[in-house]
Amino acid sequence: MMNFNAVFMYLTGMDLGTFLQHLTNGISLGSLYALVAIGYTMVYGTLRLINFAHGDVFMMTTYFAFYGVSTFMMPWYVSFILAIILTGALGMLLEKWAYRPLRDAPKISIMISAIGASFLLENLAVVLFGGRPKAFPSVKILTDSIQLGSVSIQKLTFVIPIVTVIFLVGLLYLINHTKTGMAMRAVAKDYETAGIMGVNVNLTISQTFAIGSMLAAVGAIMWGLKFPQIAPLMGVMPGLKAFIAAVIGGIGNIKGAVIGGFILGIGEIMIVGFLPSLSGYRDAFAFIFLIVILLFKPTGITGEKIAEKV
Amino acid sequence: MKKVASIFVSALLVGALIATGCGTKTESPSATTGSSASGDVIKIGVFEPMTGANAAGGALEVEGIKLANKLYPEVLGKKVELVLVDNKSDKVEASSAASRLVEKEKVSAIIGSWGSSLSMAAGDIVKKAQVPTVAASATNPLVTQNNDFYFRVCFIDPFQGKVMANYAFSKLNAKRVAIVQEISSDYSIGLSKFFTDSFKELTGDQNAIVGVANYNTGDQDFSAQLTNLKAKNPDVIFAPGNFTESSLLIKQARQLGIKVPIIGGDTWEVPEFISVGQEAVEGAIFSTFFTSEKPITPESEKFLAEYRKANPGVEPAAVTALGYDAYIVILDAIKRANSADSIKIKEQLAVTKDFAGAAGMITLDKNGDAVKDAVIKQVKNGKFTYLDIVKAK
Repeated sequence: MMNFNAVFMYLTGMDLGTFLQHLTNGISLGSLYALVAIGYTMVYGTLRLINFAHGDVFMMTTYFAFYGVSTFMMPWYVSFILAIILTGALGMLLEKWAYRPLRDAPKISIMISAIGASFLLENLAVVLFGGRPKAFPSVKILTDSIQLGSVSIQKLTFVIPIVTVIFLVGLLYLINHTKTGMAMRAVAKDYETAGIMGVNVNLTISQTFAIGSMLAAVGAIMWGLKFPQIAPLMGVMPGLKAFIAAVIGGIGNIKGAVIGGFILGIGEIMIVGFLPSLSGYRDAFAFIFLIVILLFKPTGITGEKIAEKV
Repeated sequence: MKKVASIFVSALLVGALIATGCGTKTESPSATTGSSASGDVIKIGVFEPMTGANAAGGALEVEGIKLANKLYPEVLGKKVELVLVDNKSDKVEASSAASRLVEKEKVSAIIGSWGSSLSMAAGDIVKKAQVPTVAASATNPLVTQNNDFYFRVCFIDPFQGKVMANYAFSKLNAKRVAIVQEISSDYSIGLSKFFTDSFKELTGDQNAIVGVANYNTGDQDFSAQLTNLKAKNPDVIFAPGNFTESSLLIKQARQLGIKVPIIGGDTWEVPEFISVGQEAVEGAIFSTFFTSEKPITPESEKFLAEYRKANPGVEPAAVTALGYDAYIVILDAIKRANSADSIKIKEQLAVTKDFAGAAGMITLDKNGDAVKDAVIKQVKNGKFTYLDIVKAK
């Protein structure tokens, strides 16, 4: 072990403990990106719509959870579950009011509507909740750290990837093995034909938005626990990162989104870890990565010619 | 039905934009008429971040400015009207907010802003428009340098950096310090540099700074930077930066098992620093401008009495006292100028001498900077508590 450590240090200029710490940091950040990216990619897969308001829906969840605990004195688990349900409802309303009226309009209109919805939510949050940041409720049993040798790990670091995998498996089951999932796939292929064949298109799209938003909500709660500070514009960066993760994985592809999330999270941490002088440019790294992917492999690393939808 | 819904959404959208988009709010609690005719009112612009990363800091300063306006609502027999603009914690927004104050609102003087970068973004605009501006807590030397129209009622970072380097060296017995700086903030970069220079001089060791890590405004994850610094085994970490990022940063440092003292600058004294950082920020040490435990002048007593009356059970932050001071310094200059003319006010501001403010005596030097003592505070039992005072000279 000692020898291995010495060789490792010689090769990388970093001791093994530090490297492992970086790796766990990267996995934990990556799984957060993945959770948010799944919702992004799912909505794209069904509607071919880049839902720019996804990050803001994510932000709203943290406020729902915050007020549940601080104003309504609910236990954290009740408040969190309620916040997830409310976010699902918000996603459905968003689709009903901002996207459904434009479903037959050119794609660009619905995209502009998404940008508008994003600004609406951000500004609404400033008016309703104020511009000053608030502290997200902390849950000691999840946010404590444990010590493994020289590596110190927050319990949340284990919880987040497990939650991500559970939701990934659940979602894949829903899409591939249930009637609702079949309807979603039909709508994704061609919603007009699906409607003629008796699929309730409005209901199916509503369900897609509810599930996509609830996934963002789960991601938001994990995000809030890890970075316990909430503000009206907090969803912008995670939203963009999740979008990048989704594109890296091949937008529209759920497994791809998860892979993209991990690549982005671990990549960001490692670039700071190995090149500390570049640590101010980590966001730039993410965007450069996006440009490179779009230039050389626009369908994402899952590499299918036409990304598998939903 | 669809149409009704989409009209409703568009109406909401427009409404939200109007409500928050161009946030020029006229605060005139004592104005007798709604007219902004310059005959009977003197307008003072308040240029602060009310939203975004620095919102809480801006709010604290505005609190002090409004308190001063309540106590001293008139000058030269005219009402003073505060015109508040939100610079949104953003350098680009800051310059357009400043332009709005000088061009559209035609204010006689301006107070602000929390955050040196935001103040610097307004520098050229107020200089060209020749509107005197007094920063309450912007500490970077460049804010007032080569700008005859920018003043401030606080000390500057070369002094603050020295104070903290001294503290780390003599009180915390540090020989090796690591720095984490907010690379997009002039305040943070400047303070780090002055700290580094002083600390190297004190230790006589060119390698006394064992590591420097950077992050960006708005970042939430600092685990990679902190993991790197942890491997360097510093005695103390110096982390000057906005409270928003700093409280998360300290929290993550503790989660990563970093146990050494973490010290910083004046921007930490904001309630959110403690509410977000909770037990992780316990023991954090920083320099600031003022403490309510040691009132300095009769004006401090007056300020404290009024503040406590308005906010029972809460002690004012240093920047609230400075916001108050910025307002009364401008009022004093208007009185001495016997005019609301910007250039005359500027001339009088420049010769401010031994003026008793809430946060100490104010004498402005040739750069327009105040020379003042620094106060060192620590977070103890979830409160900012007074530790020490460091004389300016």
